[in-house]
Amino acid sequence: MTQQPVINVRNLTIAYGDFVLLKNIAFQVRKGDIFVIMGGSGCGKSSLLRVLTGLTPAASGSITIDGINFAAATPENKEKIMHRCGILYQSGALFSSMTLAENIALPLRQYTNYSDRLIRELTELKLALVGLRGFGEFYPSEISGGMKKRAGLARALALDPEIVYFDEPSAGLDPISSRLLDDLILDINQSLGTTIVLVTHELASIFNIGTDSIFLDASLKGISATGNPKELLKNPPNDQIRQFLTRGDK
Amino acid sequence: MQLTYNLNQKILDITLRGDGLHFDDNRTKDALLLVLDTNGLTGIRIEAAELGRWDSTILALLFDIARSASRRGLSPEYRNLPDNLSRLLKLALTVNRKPDTGTDEKLSFLEKIGAKGIAVYAALAKGLSFLRQTSASVGRFLRGSAIMRHVDFLFALEDCSYKAVGIVSLVSFMVGLILAFVGAVQLKTFGAQIYVASLVAIGMTRIMGAIMVGIIMAGRTGASYAATIGTMQVNEEIDALKTMGFSIEDFLILPRITALTLTIPLLTLLADFMGILGGAAVGVGMLGISAAEYWHYSVDALNMTNFLVGLFHGLVFGIIISLCGCYYGVNCGRDADSVGKATTRAVVSAIVWMIVATGFITLIFEVLGI
Ligand SMILES: Nc1ncnc2c1ncn2[C@@H]1O[C@H](COP(=O)(O)OP(=O)(O)O)[C@@H](O)[C@H]1O
Ligand SMILES: [Mg+2]
Repeated sequence: MTQQPVINVRNLTIAYGDFVLLKNIAFQVRKGDIFVIMGGSGCGKSSLLRVLTGLTPAASGSITIDGINFAAATPENKEKIMHRCGILYQSGALFSSMTLAENIALPLRQYTNYSDRLIRELTELKLALVGLRGFGEFYPSEISGGMKKRAGLARALALDPEIVYFDEPSAGLDPISSRLLDDLILDINQSLGTTIVLVTHELASIFNIGTDSIFLDASLKGISATGNPKELLKNPPNDQIRQFLTRGDK
Repeated sequence: MQLTYNLNQKILDITLRGDGLHFDDNRTKDALLLVLDTNGLTGIRIEAAELGRWDSTILALLFDIARSASRRGLSPEYRNLPDNLSRLLKLALTVNRKPDTGTDEKLSFLEKIGAKGIAVYAALAKGLSFLRQTSASVGRFLRGSAIMRHVDFLFALEDCSYKAVGIVSLVSFMVGLILAFVGAVQLKTFGAQIYVASLVAIGMTRIMGAIMVGIIMAGRTGASYAATIGTMQVNEEIDALKTMGFSIEDFLILPRITALTLTIPLLTLLADFMGILGGAAVGVGMLGISAAEYWHYSVDALNMTNFLVGLFHGLVFGIIISLCGCYYGVNCGRDADSVGKATTRAVVSAIVWMIVATGFITLIFEVLGI
């Protein structure tokens, strides 16, 4: 694991109109990390992800991804960076009019000039990687929530991204599915060296797979702690974080 | 990347060399798969000591080889495979927890007909049960025991009343215009263009007004009913209502049906009036009939029976449109795509049923001599 930052966020301010959500925050995500974004509901975790993935512009500040300033990048450069990122949305966000195989093949067809056969092979491979072998011809409405998330992950992995963002991947999953998803994230991180940015409330995930983290605090409009989650649990910098990490034990 | 292979005493040696990025060489793959098909193959060895960088395309290749091999009861022996690559390969080859559900059996011709028949029967039964429950709900409403939220009713009423006035006026004015034009061409040959006034008045009030309003409202309100209720189905709002013990019919369907059934006859009145106005524009403006004369002939042609027949059509159309919209909304699937389908079906079936109903009503009135 190298120490070079892939994502470098400086002086970032996120606001909806006059309502400032996060003010002048800064953090770095190193290559190969599983970076956890924690914080109470409504503190702006999803908004931060939206800004990091370029869905909404930041009010001010800079985000550099692999040395390229994302906020100031030209549309083409931005698109190039986006191809190196995969995103798994809360509900999987699969296109309902396409089968799972078509969902995964879509970015491959759009952004590569691979032959149909290779695309089919890659689609089967990605489905197999997330444990959905043989489900290619199913429609999203025909599979369960956990399977949808895994299929969403397969689509996020289609283009061999260097960074994958997750927004609360375990929300709405049973403990076993949630554990399987964690294992999968870890597998992909370790075998492909993919950098993972993960928004989650799931303490088990945070401690099992997180290697670095930030803790967002709505009252500070900023980051109240950073570091390896296990270290944070050992030496909580303040009471709020201790309570969050121990589920409110006094 | 370079892929070489060598078959030696029933053992296949495959060697990967160089950087394996975007490996998309179908000829090599085909040739390799052919060799894998060799009878009596006893082993496969894959050497990757000189493999440089790699991506998913290499993984896909190895995955393919491993699967072909396992179909022959073999498992390849990997040499010097990068650690992470072999871990991913293992992950991909892990057997599914759920076995494949291969129920894609072919049906015989008779079975297909049977299946179709059963499907039609099920659809009919579903439609009738929907009708029964909705009628029960209307019954409760008439007895005053339905739990309908008045706000919902007012919202629905707002949507299908004054908001539809503009489009209904415009379209029926144009229809009146067209009727007058088409009629005038024929009547002129007999020097009877004055009867354009009667033609438009009778045509609009007896049927055309109601039909135009019906088609407009099917596209406007029927579609919106199906889309709104269908989206509620997608968001599991309907499940929530049901589990809370609300009657979907009272809560969602009743306000919509009452609103549309009340407003369509009124809109029909408006359409009648605008159509006659459109006819007058042609009659007075182009055929040189004086306004007073046109008015006289129009009023002469109008009679209560035609008027009521038109309103009755409107009433029936209102019921049909709202039933179709609500039915396809409630029976919508669970994804974005099905909302689109539900909307289309609601509009198409509403128009078809309106035409069918018009046929029946005309026939019955003919027999009754109305
Ligand atoms: N599009 C938006 N417009 C205005 N305010 C928003 C918008 N999206 C989110 N917010 C507000 O921003 C805050 C943070 O939302 P979000 O980023 O979703 O929080 P989290 O994911 O941490 O729960 C919330 O108070 C929410 O009301
Ligand atoms: Mg969120």
